[in-house]
Amino acid sequence: MSIVIQHVRSFVLAFACAFLAAGIGAAWANDMPVIKVEMKDGVIIPEIIEVPANTRFKLEITNTGTSPVEFESMELKREKALAAGSTSAIVFRTLDPGTYDVFDDFHPEAKAKLVAK
Amino acid sequence: MIGAFVIAFREVIEAGLIIGIVLAATRGIAGRGRWIGLGVLGGLAGACLVALFAEAISDAFEGAGQDILNAAVLATAVLMLIWHNTWMSRHGRELAGELKAAGESVRRGETTSAALAFVVGAAILREGAELVLFLYGLVASGTSGPDLQIGALAGVGAGILMSAVSYFGLSAIPTRYVFSVTSALIIFLAAGLAAQAAQFLTNAGLITVLDRPLWNTANILSEGSLVGRVLHALVGYTDRPTGLQVIVYLGTILVMVALMQWSSADKRRTLRTA
Repeated sequence: MSIVIQHVRSFVLAFACAFLAAGIGAAWANDMPVIKVEMKDGVIIPEIIEVPANTRFKLEITNTGTSPVEFESMELKREKALAAGSTSAIVFRTLDPGTYDVFDDFHPEAKAKLVAK
Repeated sequence: MIGAFVIAFREVIEAGLIIGIVLAATRGIAGRGRWIGLGVLGGLAGACLVALFAEAISDAFEGAGQDILNAAVLATAVLMLIWHNTWMSRHGRELAGELKAAGESVRRGETTSAALAFVVGAAILREGAELVLFLYGLVASGTSGPDLQIGALAGVGAGILMSAVSYFGLSAIPTRYVFSVTSALIIFLAAGLAAQAAQFLTNAGLITVLDRPLWNTANILSEGSLVGRVLHALVGYTDRPTGLQVIVYLGTILVMVALMQWSSADKRRTLRTA
């Protein structure tokens, strides 16, 4: 019984946190620049991704290839896996001006640079 | 083929090591096999669900859905590990056979098995979703030859092997010390997971302080290298930790050690008065 209660408790906690987050997220909901990136079987387009520095923006990544990809940046501590044909986005809150290496974790030869200005 | 092997192996390193440690940490607890098995199955099912609804999850909460999900899963796993270590510092010696009062604790051991089953499930869920996408893509695309698929499966197999090696390695430790070792490993494991959770909250934009990297050791040991990834899984190594991550990491260690001290001291008091 205590096992059940404990599990229920932890799930309630997790969901409560998620809903709190939803509230905060909704409060921020406003328009932001969208930068599109295409990933295609080991190629990242464009090779130099220009994004605005010090402001919120959305990086919209589309996998137009036939194999799964994973957009990843160690410096930015971000990763996003995408099945073939799917689109997803990463929201950046604020980024210092600079150049950041990004790569496709599922296609080790695919590299690009993200430049924040 | 080597490429597919490496990619698949990298994705299973973390879950593999965690399962090995958890199996060693629950040695002697009745019914732990069932619980851990349940954790593995639950994690796999969850990973498939996350992979299936990846887009919907990502789009939730203004694009922060995946980060918030990861943070919630990790934070819960950390709580479970804290609870396990606190319990273990009270009952570890009974389980190790030094004291003869195992009846009650072995029964209660089910709860700690359940807690660790969640940790296993959480590890598989988080890493597994990417692996599911990768493996499914290999099969579904139809463009990949059988050598790629064999490579990927071998990578998963190597991860399972690593799980077994870490378990049997830890099992070789004399019974008297094994729980001390696993408890120490779990402290660092939990601290690392807590620091990761903190980073996910930063990425989601829920925490906006102390988000600058304190130092950069990428030149010495890259987090993406094999050694870097193993250390990342075991002790939460990250080559560019933010201030928040360092604080959360050290804070988790402090809280765990304090709770374990309190728990074993409480146990000694109980024994004296009895």
